[in-house]
Amino acid sequence: MSTRILLDPTGERAATTRARAARPDSLTGKRVGLLDITKPRGNVFLDRIEALLTEHGCTVERFRKPTFTKPAPVDLRHEIATKCDVVIEALAD
Amino acid sequence: MGAADTKGFDCSSLPDGLVAVVKRDCPTCVLIAPVLEQLVGSGLHTVISQDDPKFPEALAVIDDRDLEISFALEIDTVPTLLKVAGGRVVDSTVGWSRELWESLTEATSLGTGLPDFRPGCASLTNDPRIAEARAVAKRIPLLRSRPFEIGSDEDEMEALFDRGYTDGLPVVPPTPERVARMLGGTTRAPDAIVAIVPPDLIECTVEKIAVNAVMAGCKPEYLPVVLAAVEAACTDEFNAHGLLCTTWFSGPMVIVNGPIARAIGMNSGVNALGQGNRANATIGRALQLVIRNVGGGRPGEIDRAALGNPGKYTFCFAEREHDSPWEPLHVSRAAMRETQSAVTLFAAGGLHPIVDQLSREPESLARSFAAALRAIGHPKNVMVWDTVVIVTPEHARVFREAGWSKQRFHEELMSLLQIPGSELIRGAGGIAEGLPENFASATLPKFRDGGLLIVHAGGEAGMFSALIPGWASGAVGSEIVTHEVRL
Repeated sequence: MSTRILLDPTGERAATTRARAARPDSLTGKRVGLLDITKPRGNVFLDRIEALLTEHGCTVERFRKPTFTKPAPVDLRHEIATKCDVVIEALAD
Repeated sequence: MGAADTKGFDCSSLPDGLVAVVKRDCPTCVLIAPVLEQLVGSGLHTVISQDDPKFPEALAVIDDRDLEISFALEIDTVPTLLKVAGGRVVDSTVGWSRELWESLTEATSLGTGLPDFRPGCASLTNDPRIAEARAVAKRIPLLRSRPFEIGSDEDEMEALFDRGYTDGLPVVPPTPERVARMLGGTTRAPDAIVAIVPPDLIECTVEKIAVNAVMAGCKPEYLPVVLAAVEAACTDEFNAHGLLCTTWFSGPMVIVNGPIARAIGMNSGVNALGQGNRANATIGRALQLVIRNVGGGRPGEIDRAALGNPGKYTFCFAEREHDSPWEPLHVSRAAMRETQSAVTLFAAGGLHPIVDQLSREPESLARSFAAALRAIGHPKNVMVWDTVVIVTPEHARVFREAGWSKQRFHEELMSLLQIPGSELIRGAGGIAEGLPENFASATLPKFRDGGLLIVHAGGEAGMFSALIPGWASGAVGSEIVTHEVRL
């Protein structure tokens, strides 16, 4: 069978498979990051989550992205990873 | 002198004697064929034919239809007669001159009965089609994109759909030949990195952009514009990543300015934003295919547009510069010269028409524009959306005849679009959407500084202009970006 050759138009990225971080059995006593992506009313949702988590004995750290239209800056991601055991991100409108 | 050893003919180590290069298509070569026969006994050991291995018939000829030897010997004219001594060319003559041939060969009575002189013909190596085909053939082995095979029973178009490489319309199959030809459209090296393409943040080479430009239907001469558009779209300021992800309508729009727009036949006139012009249609499409295929940005995946807009297939046009009342966009916005070419990238969310067939005074017409601009996004939104104002020739005439500069028109619009906060707050006009109550006593501009671009385009008839609304403007979303087009 004759064949024709075409060229791959993609980035030819070899996806890296990484293991997910271990899920905690419980949030009690954990440090939880709450990331506000700066969509309107995201803070309303996160204020309520913060209250509920605090009731459950969590320590809460609040973070904000500079703008919802861009990925979180690498320094912010690093800070969250360093300070927190888990993170919850709020997408709101 | 090249050093290629071609078909057993070693151009770097020629035997002493005479070498002739001819083609049958050259009347002078046909005329002097008997002279070559005469010279066989006088040192002529090799005859190279560029177009017909049976010419001249009476002689043993080296077939150089692929022109490898002619290129290696840097032949410019046929016939060429070379004299070799000590393994290198020591003398040569082109065309036919009995005097020069006899002097070079030390023979006498050459071509008795022939005229004394006839000019030669261009060597086939000078044929632009052949030069291009050769350049293409040389580029093919250098291509680095992964080749994949399409079976003879497979339909190429369907195979490309099946692999997810298209925008929903058929694409031109990117064969190595087509990609190599496309790369002839730029002086940039195929492996040069043009941009880091979001969302997957892939280092994108000139070659990868060429593959997608082929698929979009571009001609090689459009490639510099596509490269500039990809470069501009992938800046942090333009934020192609966010533009792709948003639920808003927008996609990248490319406005082309400067001499290249005319050189590649772009449309800035009748139906400039519509269908029918290959350059307009395929340059915008190539940019979107790069974001889809190289960056990995696909609708329904990371592209979350609620509706999108038809301009997300392609949205590219040129400014109508030749009879514009105003300086071109790249001059007013980026302080470039009119002789430079540029692309301006804008996060375009569709088209909003303006009609005004009665205004003959610039003040009146500006009020019509301002009234329409007030509604962009929502009449109660301020400083959210940048907007491109495309003024067509019949509207532009009103401003030209009144002597209004672009700056004057811009100032007038900005002044007309200072809006009382009482009209913008939540609940005003019986509409819940709006600003918080504390803005009630403020006066706010509809557009931020630099958020209103004015461009001249369109056909001669029709007192209609167009507004192209943007997306979240400035640092929060997308900045308008102008980049020079380099060849």
